[in-house]
Amino acid sequence: MSWQIKPENFGCPLPAADGATVQLAHGGGSRLAAELIEQTLVPAFADPVLSRLEDQAVLESPLGAGERLAFTTDSFVVDPLFFPGGSIGELAINGTINDLAMGGARPLYLSVALIVEEGLELAILRRVIADLGAAAKAAGVRVVTGDTKVVGRGSCDKIFINTSGIGAVPAGLALSAANLQPGDKIIISGTMADHGMAIMSCRQGLSFAEPLTSDTAALHQLTAAIMAAAGMPPAAPAQKANEPEAGQALRAMRDPTRGGVAAVLTEMARASRVGVVIAEETLPVAGPVRGACEILGIDPLFVANEGKLLAVVAPESAGAVLQAMREHPLGRQAAIIGEVVAENPGLVALRTALGPHRIIDLPSGELLPRIC
Amino acid sequence: MKHLDEYRDPALARKLLAEIAAVTTRPWVIMEICGGHTHAIIRHGIDLLLPRQLELVHGPGCPVCVTPVALIDQALALARRPEVIFTSFGDMLRVPGSRESLARIRARGGDIRTVYSPLEAVNLAVQNPAQEVVFFAVGFETTAPGNALAVQQAARLGLTNFSLLVSHVLVPPAIGALLAAPDNRIQAFLAPGHVCTVEGLQDYEAMAAAHQVPMVPAGFEPVDILAAILLLVRQLEEGRAQVENEYRRSVRPEGNPAARLAVEQVFQVCHRTWRGLGEIPASGLRLRPEFAAFDAQCKFALEETGEMESPQCISGAILRGESKPPQCPAFGKECTPEHPLGATMVSSEGACAAYRHANRQ
Amino acid sequence: MCLAVPGKVVEIFEENGLKMGHIDYAGAISRACLEYVPEIRLGDYTVVHAGFALSILDEEEAAKSFAAWRELQAAAAREGVDLFGRPLADADADADEQE
Repeated sequence: MSWQIKPENFGCPLPAADGATVQLAHGGGSRLAAELIEQTLVPAFADPVLSRLEDQAVLESPLGAGERLAFTTDSFVVDPLFFPGGSIGELAINGTINDLAMGGARPLYLSVALIVEEGLELAILRRVIADLGAAAKAAGVRVVTGDTKVVGRGSCDKIFINTSGIGAVPAGLALSAANLQPGDKIIISGTMADHGMAIMSCRQGLSFAEPLTSDTAALHQLTAAIMAAAGMPPAAPAQKANEPEAGQALRAMRDPTRGGVAAVLTEMARASRVGVVIAEETLPVAGPVRGACEILGIDPLFVANEGKLLAVVAPESAGAVLQAMREHPLGRQAAIIGEVVAENPGLVALRTALGPHRIIDLPSGELLPRIC
Repeated sequence: MKHLDEYRDPALARKLLAEIAAVTTRPWVIMEICGGHTHAIIRHGIDLLLPRQLELVHGPGCPVCVTPVALIDQALALARRPEVIFTSFGDMLRVPGSRESLARIRARGGDIRTVYSPLEAVNLAVQNPAQEVVFFAVGFETTAPGNALAVQQAARLGLTNFSLLVSHVLVPPAIGALLAAPDNRIQAFLAPGHVCTVEGLQDYEAMAAAHQVPMVPAGFEPVDILAAILLLVRQLEEGRAQVENEYRRSVRPEGNPAARLAVEQVFQVCHRTWRGLGEIPASGLRLRPEFAAFDAQCKFALEETGEMESPQCISGAILRGESKPPQCPAFGKECTPEHPLGATMVSSEGACAAYRHANRQ
Repeated sequence: MCLAVPGKVVEIFEENGLKMGHIDYAGAISRACLEYVPEIRLGDYTVVHAGFALSILDEEEAAKSFAAWRELQAAAAREGVDLFGRPLADADADADEQE
């Protein structure tokens, strides 16, 4: 008896590529992994540095004279992955760009790391990657390095994304939540709670007459317009690093993501040891978002935004900044919603439409719809 | 929003406040029995605008707060069973039983889902025939009709994997118990607008006459609440004790007959223990014997467990209107919304949580 | 107890043998069971609690309440004074004392 060696019997069995779902082998070192990288990931970002597929991105120094580096990282988990007005891919790019932009940085390079659950449909993964690529392209920010891991079923929920980003901060600029001074004005760039309610509505089976969409957006051009209006040219002459310019009119910018406007203002009030008072009737909320908040018993102040920012500005510059924001497509509904006060340091108060002040506390735990 | 914004008109609210100030000549104690009113009063700061002689006392009208620990422990026991999909309104998720909460069991992998309507729980039972779907039926008269219809619908669909853990309570017996307490201070009631929308005014008229206390069913917006307070103060000042309906746009004297009929078909009145108040005779609803197949307590042969309330917590006195949250030694210290000792700190309608969120000291 | 918000009925349909509807709250649309308001019509406003419509809002009664309140308001305008005879912003200083 002799063994016939057939080529197809030779060697260990390859994981059968069913072509439809992500398998553990997509994660590391295999032909499947290489295919995924070369055929899906690299084309999505179309970046010359990324395309080299080295272990690291070697980059020209992006800094101008006196500029400093900003570096940030954020991880994105959201259910559902695709929601009205956006997807996890867009959030992952825009969120990290916004974290850079809130510090006054010009976003330059991003990394993208994917953690994918075994069994996820490949079509879904490709769609997420396409969204990542499209969002980066739309924002004009390069994705220069990345990573993919596949974990066993149940070890993560479909897909988690981490993005890190590097940006350049203009010389002399030092925005900080600790900069607030009594008298400063608080400006919001548009309506509150759009993103969080778009997501929650998916889960609660709500629909909308006009589709309610997430506000996910990259805000770095809006922040550039704000800085210009506040008298801070993006490339100011070099100064000593980390020294705030005297009388810097723009104190701080923050994007109110999880925890909403309430969480960001509380953080700022605590960091600056000042009080913040916002006026109920000035808070912009789109009609359907308000309707959804009313029926689910949720306060829009606590709901996440993904394309809005809060800017705190010295009173003499507030008019110019508000004007500049309203001229930008992402700030058309910008409004002054309150001001910084010396009283009640560390606390945020809402002046209700009837007049009394109510302290806004941070929400405890997740936002749940309630019936009573 | 129509039928909402006009009732938040600050100018109108201010005029009502001025009227209230003008007619108030003596101190009066008014209880808002309904947690929805408590929430609105604190949210808009209404209590801070009233004349000092008027004291608003927060009542036991929060179904989350008054659900006894023993029943929450039963819910937790059900939620831990692997074959059970436990469904609940979002409100109940963080309420502590004697040892933990639904939210914690969910974090450990328990299949606990929040629903907005009890019909969603019925749909889950249809979609998951191999599993047992239990719905935590808490609430007052307002919530009972929906839960009744969920049972009727499950019966119609022939479902054998759907049941309710019932903790329904009724408002009038609680009002009776509060008024009968020897140290009662309450002189008038802001009556629950949505309960009255279902039940009508009959019981309230009987109580107003029997106890000589004014009762005004009110809507939930500032103008509604202020108009109702004005009606109550006028009655108190004039020595009248009647039911005057502020919430006419929703509350009819006869209530909602279709809803009342369904509740009667599915539920029967029973004794209930209220967290903080103790047992009140004929103050709750349970499923009628013909619906025993849908009663989780029968189906799963649940046992009564002992109560394990925190010894520091004074939520009972708060629910009876005897104490205000800041009088509790644990308030804001051992007891916070993140680590609640009692139900009044858990529920967004609970008086302690409302005070805490508004940073009232 | 009993969070319930008024919305407008924009669609009525049957599902699993139950009368159901879509309710519009300023553009947010939610489903509600209409079994307890059998006489409801498109365009009516209804109060919905936990997915169940519990009453049809009576526009006439709402208008009557407002007529009575408007009278109060007109009287206030004539007086031109605030509740405690001072600007509203000061009201909370008073509030702090109360607590």
